[in-house]
Formats: sequence, structure tokens, C-alpha cells
Amino acid sequence: MPVQSTAAPARAGSRLCVRCGERKAALKRPKTLEQICRECFYIVFEDEIHRTIVDNNLFKAGERVAIGASGGKDSTVLAYVLSELNKRHNYGLDLFLLSIDEGITGYRDDSLETVKRNEIQYGLPLKIVSYKDLYDWTMDDIVKAIGLKNNCTFCGVFRRQALDRGAALLKVDKIVTGHNADDIAETVLLNILRGDIARLSRCTFITTGEDGPIPRCKPFKYTYEKEIVIYPLHDIFQSILRCIYSPNAYRGFAREFIKDLERMRPRAILDIITSGENFRISTTTRMPEQGTCERCGYISSQKLCKACVLLEGLNRGLPKLGIGRTAKSGAGADGNGERQGKRPERNRSSLHGKHGNLDF
Amino acid sequence: MHLTLEFGGGLELLLEKSTKVHKVDVPPMDGEVKATMKGLLSWVKSNLIKERPEMFIKGDSVRPGVLVLINDCDWELCGGLDAELEDKDVVVFISTLHGG
Ligand SMILES: [Zn+2]
Ligand SMILES: [Zn+2]
Repeated sequence: MPVQSTAAPARAGSRLCVRCGERKAALKRPKTLEQICRECFYIVFEDEIHRTIVDNNLFKAGERVAIGASGGKDSTVLAYVLSELNKRHNYGLDLFLLSIDEGITGYRDDSLETVKRNEIQYGLPLKIVSYKDLYDWTMDDIVKAIGLKNNCTFCGVFRRQALDRGAALLKVDKIVTGHNADDIAETVLLNILRGDIARLSRCTFITTGEDGPIPRCKPFKYTYEKEIVIYPLHDIFQSILRCIYSPNAYRGFAREFIKDLERMRPRAILDIITSGENFRISTTTRMPEQGTCERCGYISSQKLCKACVLLEGLNRGLPKLGIGRTAKSGAGADGNGERQGKRPERNRSSLHGKHGNLDF
Repeated sequence: MHLTLEFGGGLELLLEKSTKVHKVDVPPMDGEVKATMKGLLSWVKSNLIKERPEMFIKGDSVRPGVLVLINDCDWELCGGLDAELEDKDVVVFISTLHGG
């Protein structure tokens, strides 16, 4: 914890840990409502992630695995826990940190410092890939060209490809990301709100892209955000930065709804994930076909992938190209009102994911 | 009553000069015999928060997604809003709503 607290007087009503029965409970687990002590919390937190990895066969011995490292709390905790479990349980994995530098002045400075510290602390090799290298545009340049309104579209689409391209450079077999249970529950809700059936069915998979060049998996699929924040790494709290360019009200609303539900009934987060997993898609629903981008070869259901459409707009001085607002569709301020799942052939320029975190 | 308050996860941005640690003297709230978290929250709202209080407070509690620790202990175990505070307590507020 960040606090060197002076010994507090015992409170009336403070209970003992239900797991060890010896120490004072310090945490109420949202998943189980169990009151446990800090020492037992480390054990169950790490054990559950180990179980998730084993039960879902996430890795094979000898694999090279890139940890998508943003410097934020989730990926920092993931890097630490995964490197510990790899040693403790002999997974036999070759782990790497992979970071994206979007080129946002002042934003990544701190988080890249965090990642560089992690490189040393955990002894994991680090690869940093910049938007400038990949796209010849930094996010600062993009914001200058398009303003603040749609920049999350660019950030999300470009980030997703950047991770894949960086992973290809590292010649890894797999990418792991720090998406947690709250993230996934939020994505389920947003995909329902958008009627995005294709993503709804995919977003609860613990591993995605197994048909593509580099699969991705989410070892924190069942891990609550609350516990990731509490997991006590001393310097972690300094690195929790929000993207200065992303107010994104829509995402905020769904996230707040999730947190409201959690307060009333903590299991709700897991229940939403279970609901997402159990949706059955009617066989008459047309799913978008997967192909590859004509220009860059990245997986795409359209002729050009989203990144290439966006880049073309930027380079031609038409940055709105690819944002997906059409006069007829009656789309909202987001310009994302088309029902992508039903009309894949008609929405060439529309975007599915609005934000990096949603686009998985 | 002397308290140490820590703000993290972006909450510090709502405070003067984005200061994370505040050593404060909190007077007893009206009608309260012992200081409680409920009284502390309204004191923080009117004395420390400089902007966007809705990022911190919702109704009379913290916004869902803000984690509260009293002396390193989850405040849900200490009684939440009714948790009683004592001199020299350390209270930590962390927003979980940002960063990944
Ligand atoms: Zn215990
Ligand atoms: Zn492309």
C-alpha cells in the first residue's frame, strides 16, 4: 500500500479473516463477499489467476508471450503477477513487455517511465513501438488535424494494430492484455447497446484471434478491478493516469453503471460476463466475414482495414473519413449509430470500436 | 482531529495543485459525537475539492468506483459511511475509473 500507516487502534466490530482465522480482515472480496486479510488476499488473488491460466490452457511451455504494457495499473499488475507465476509454476514462458508510444506530449512520459522501471524490476525485456514509426503520425499531430472530438477512434484503432505489429517484431506467439472483469462486463453492455452481435459473441472469449497470426488472451478475465487496485505494489498508484485526450462520455456512462451495479450487488459484474458468454446468436443473423486489408494485410472485414481508412483521411487532409458519420444514418454525436452486425456490406467506413479498451 | 488524507488514481487532479497527501484538521460535524466518514466526505467536498466534485462524490457517498481505505483497511469492513474516525487515522481515496 502507498501508506505507511501508523498502527491504528482496533475498531469495534473488526473481524478476523475467514480464510486463516488469525489476522484481521482488511478487504471485502467483491466476487465472494468474503472478508479476508492482506496476506490471504495475495494468495487467493494470485491463485485464481493461476487457475484461470491452467483451466483455459492459455499457454504452452516454450511460448514467447508479449505483455501489452501501458504503464497503467492493470498491465503493471499483470506483468508482475505473470512473471511471478511463470517462475513459481514453471510455465516455461519467455515473457516480454510491449509498449506503445502514441506520441501524446506529457502523457506517456510517466507511463513509459513506469514500464522502463518494470523492465528492470521484473527483468522482462521491453519493446516500445511508436505511432510515428508505424503510421508517420503522432497522436499530437492527429489531434492538431482533427481536434479532440474523434481522437479516441484513432487512438483505439491505431493502438490495436500497433500491438500486433510490435508483437510481430518481437516474434511472439501470443499477446496478453490486462483487461479485467469490469472491462469485459462493460464491453458486453456496450456491444448490446450498439447491437454489435459479432463483437458481443467475441468479447467474452478469454482468447481471441486464434485464427489470426497472433492470438490475444486476457488472464484477468475474472479478476475484479477493485482487487487489481488493491493489489499492493508500492509504486503503482503514481502511474494511474487517465488519457488526457479521452473524456469519452459514452464509455464513462457504461462504466459508472457497472460500478453502480457492483455497489448494489458485487456479483453483477461476473453475471454480466456470464450473460455475454451465453448469448446464442440466431443462425439467420449475418456475421461480417473476416478477410485481410488490401493495403497492409491486417485482418479486416472490409477491403481496407480501419487504420488504413483513417490514415488515408489524414494524409488526404480529410480527417473525418472513416469516422462513420453519414447524413442519412441519423447517427448520434458519435457517428456510430449504424447496426454493424446486420449490414456489414454497407458500413465500410463506419467503426465498431470507439476506444482502445473496447476494441478487443 | 488530525487526519492524513491521500488521493490517487486521478482524484488528486480535483484538488488544489493536484496534491496527493493532505494533513488536515477536521472539526467535528454538526450533531456528531464522533467523527464519521460521512462527515469527512462532506468536509472534503467543501474544503479540499476545487473542481468537478461529481468525480468524487455521488449523493452523500463517494462515487462508485472510488476505493476507500481507512488505515489500509477496506472501508466496507469498517462500516462505510458510518465508520468512525479517530485521531491520526489515514484515509486513502483511489479512483479506479481511469487507466488500464
Ligand atoms: Zn487470512
Ligand atoms: Zn490496412
